Amino acid sequence: MLRATSTAPVTKMSDHPDLAKLIFGRLTWDAIPFHEPILLYTFIAVALGGIVTLGAITYFRLWGYLWREWFTSIDHKKIGIMYMVLGLVMLLRGFADAIMMRLQQAVAFGDATGYLPPHHYDQIFTAHGVIMIFFVAMPIVTGLMNYIVPLQIGARDVAFPFLNNFSFWMTTSGAVLVMMSLFVGEFARTGWLAYPPLSGIAASPDVGVDYYIWALQIAGVGTLLSGINLLVTIIKMRAPGMKLMQMPVFTWTALCTNVLIVAAFPVLTAVLALLSLDRYVGTHMFTNELGGNAMMYVNLIWIWGHPEVYILILPMFGVFSEVVSTFSRKRLFGYTSMVYASIVITVLAYLVWLHHFFTMGSGASVNSFFGITTMIISIPTGAKIFNWLFTMYRGRITFELPMMWTVAFMVTFAIGGMTGVLLAVPPADFSLHNSLFLIAHFHNVIIGGVLFGAFAAINFWFPKAFGFKLDPFWGKCSFWLWVVGFYFAFMPLYVLGLMGVTRRLSHFEDPSLQIWFQIAAFGAVLIALGIACMLIQFVVSFRRRESLRDHSGDPWNGRTLEWSTSSPPPDYNFAFTPRVHDADAWWQMKQHDYRRPTNGFLAIHMPKNTGAGIILAGISTVLGFTLIWQMWLLAGLSFAALLAVAIGHTFNYKRDYYIPAEEVARVEAARTELLASHV
Amino acid sequence: MSIKALRGLLLPAVLLLTGCQTVLMSPSGDVALQQRNLIVTSLVLMLLIIVPVIALTLFFAWRYRASNKKAAYDPEWNHSTMLELLIWSAPLLIIIALGAITWVSTHKLDPFRPLDRVSEGRATQADVKPLTVEVVALDWKWLFIYPEQGIATVNELAAPVDRPIQFKITASTVMNSFFVPALAGQIYAMPGMETKLHAVINKPGVFEGFSANYSGAGFSGMHFKFLGMSDGEFAQWVDRAKEGDALTRESYQQLEKPSQNDAVRRYASVAPGLYEAIVNLCVEPGRECMNETMAKDARGHGAHGSKSDDSKPDDGRGDMPMSHSP
Repeated sequence: MLRATSTAPVTKMSDHPDLAKLIFGRLTWDAIPFHEPILLYTFIAVALGGIVTLGAITYFRLWGYLWREWFTSIDHKKIGIMYMVLGLVMLLRGFADAIMMRLQQAVAFGDATGYLPPHHYDQIFTAHGVIMIFFVAMPIVTGLMNYIVPLQIGARDVAFPFLNNFSFWMTTSGAVLVMMSLFVGEFARTGWLAYPPLSGIAASPDVGVDYYIWALQIAGVGTLLSGINLLVTIIKMRAPGMKLMQMPVFTWTALCTNVLIVAAFPVLTAVLALLSLDRYVGTHMFTNELGGNAMMYVNLIWIWGHPEVYILILPMFGVFSEVVSTFSRKRLFGYTSMVYASIVITVLAYLVWLHHFFTMGSGASVNSFFGITTMIISIPTGAKIFNWLFTMYRGRITFELPMMWTVAFMVTFAIGGMTGVLLAVPPADFSLHNSLFLIAHFHNVIIGGVLFGAFAAINFWFPKAFGFKLDPFWGKCSFWLWVVGFYFAFMPLYVLGLMGVTRRLSHFEDPSLQIWFQIAAFGAVLIALGIACMLIQFVVSFRRRESLRDHSGDPWNGRTLEWSTSSPPPDYNFAFTPRVHDADAWWQMKQHDYRRPTNGFLAIHMPKNTGAGIILAGISTVLGFTLIWQMWLLAGLSFAALLAVAIGHTFNYKRDYYIPAEEVARVEAARTELLASHV
Repeated sequence: MSIKALRGLLLPAVLLLTGCQTVLMSPSGDVALQQRNLIVTSLVLMLLIIVPVIALTLFFAWRYRASNKKAAYDPEWNHSTMLELLIWSAPLLIIIALGAITWVSTHKLDPFRPLDRVSEGRATQADVKPLTVEVVALDWKWLFIYPEQGIATVNELAAPVDRPIQFKITASTVMNSFFVPALAGQIYAMPGMETKLHAVINKPGVFEGFSANYSGAGFSGMHFKFLGMSDGEFAQWVDRAKEGDALTRESYQQLEKPSQNDAVRRYASVAPGLYEAIVNLCVEPGRECMNETMAKDARGHGAHGSKSDDSKPDDGRGDMPMSHSP
């Protein structure tokens, strides 16, 4: 079919279009969606909001502060907080997509086509999946690990502080590219994993898939580097005395997660690189011509994709372990079995990927093998749930917000786990694959597991990070709206799945389905209110911060080392590196009447801020954008700039400084005074 | 046996819970019925452990609340070998049972495997040949070719009740999934490849069929009706198609072009070898079929003849001393 075009006349036009093409590539005014009112109004709202924010920053002269104290900071605590902010901001975008889908599916029946044409709807569900996984769940998980792990192991920072800053900005750069696709061009219309041939150049010739590829490639650099960074940190930088089997469980799960990241993300990078070769230079890795095969892509992307879900859930298992034992005022039941369960899950995470496509036609023995390995994962996961259960047994449970989220998680995740194992039975999957039952299942485990875990973690560690607790009233409003909203939003999808309704439909014929979609939409509205309450919770807590203040540094009577330091911790975390004798190091220290050292401080060696990370990531954004639009001239220039800045950065020898002993003594004396005045 | 009894107990509960007779819980084809039974059996097995877990979670949360001073408090208790044994072995036992069921049922319900029964207690008869239907997922409609009857239809599928059906499934451009929930589970339809599905419909009726794998702009409209019919009705249905046009390679190339929400079409005849040509991506005149390309590749060296591999016995040099010919 394509061969016919070769006979077209190749008359030479004037030089100007060629020059314009060299500079602007495929980008024209048509790429700006003036004709789509929804996008236009969104753009106007975002632009106004942006102008107000930027204006406010300028008016209050915050640029210098933000640049010095945050953007260029290599402090793991500040980077952790920035990751969390990124994740929560992107949650708003991802949720906006979700509620638009819910609304469309609640109204588009019979003659009513709804308010979203397929062209727009298909971008929304793709963006929803990509954003929620890569730019909400991943930043939240990475942010938590960044903030908590060094504190839990008694370290002053991560192993490679600059890399940490660079990783964060690369992740942000990917998020920026996804957001740009909203207003310049369009996003992929392929589903969140962009299976070829649909994502190939023949079926998706526009820039959508290219936005997808380059956003994930750039963010992937950040994720991989941060994985290496945290892995090395946990292996090499534990406080003296902390053996592997004395690490807090959250640190253990972080270790497992980073092993998964380091081994799985290169696969994603490789498979997306192959896809971009197919799209840019006409190779046939995943098309049927010249021996390519799309099934290879499906396998490769899930070889990354399945470990990815454990990358998200494992740290949350760690969070729940910390929360359960803290709020039950009891040592965690079965620490050793918890650790081995995490390791078993880590290994098995690589052996189950095929369960995502039993329906692709593998033989019965292959399907059975992957079905059974999947079921086996439920054994260590089940053991974990039992361990939390028996941690609560004979405890003294206080139902603060983190504990409430944990109980909600245990109930919700048990249901999600059960439907997951059901989907692992291949013949059952033949009926349920790609149905709304599947959608209900994975939202059941990702919302019930990852998001509930994130909210437990935020409420748990917020006082550590900011020095005051979060307001419990608005927190409880958010909790109940989220939990009830979740059941309203997703239980109907299980039913719809059993009614044989498949995913990613933008229009339905059968009117009997509509009521279930309307219930689901109602659930989404409750969740929206839950999110609103969470935002109110932040504002109210900030305004009431004096009454919510934590002077002790240990507001929950905690068990691990992060609670031994002040809230928020000083730049150097610990004036003296603690010595560890027990898995619950801080608990053990408290039991043995630990006395804070108040003199004999030494100067502390610390890494120094640098702007190289944000500059490199900024150039990467430009590079990504120019590659998407095939602006080859600018792409070449920005690539050269990227190399130049990276090489230039290696000549920066001013990378460290000492906090003088007097300064340490002053900070610690202030804390001594504070502790004495609030006994 | 007890599982069957439990299933009997649970099935009405599931149906009640879902509010109505959902198609997956009350299917009309034997394969889908067995899949339904498997879903229910698996759920029962897992509920054996999930219900106690949820109940215990809520119970412990209430019993050991801080304000309940009557409850025991044992802050250092953190290990019990007996309990550890129990919490690892209880899920293990369930998974062993479920794993065994999985292994057997996955082989028995393998979509590539010809049926051995028409319904419970009724084996397939050796003299009844399965009805073959060649399925092509097009952008965005379904083409069904009946080689035995020599007809083809678009967006309408029919089969006589209780006669095994063999579907041979492929796609023209992108990946889809062929799914009639009332009849049997789904299987992907992929370009350049053929998947198979064996199924049988046991009740007459009109059932929904659709693509269960997102395939682009026209995906939402990519559904069809599947008609379960008596033999007589099926013969009439075939005769109706005989009144249509011929499906030639040229008209197929027209049909193949992307279109949405297509009406039912019927073709009285089908160009010979059309389905094979579609699978091998060579309907378009002048294109080499994939199976020919692969056969050429398999024969070996072509232009790269100089880079020979001594161990290949089929290149005319099998008498070389290094050869591995048996």
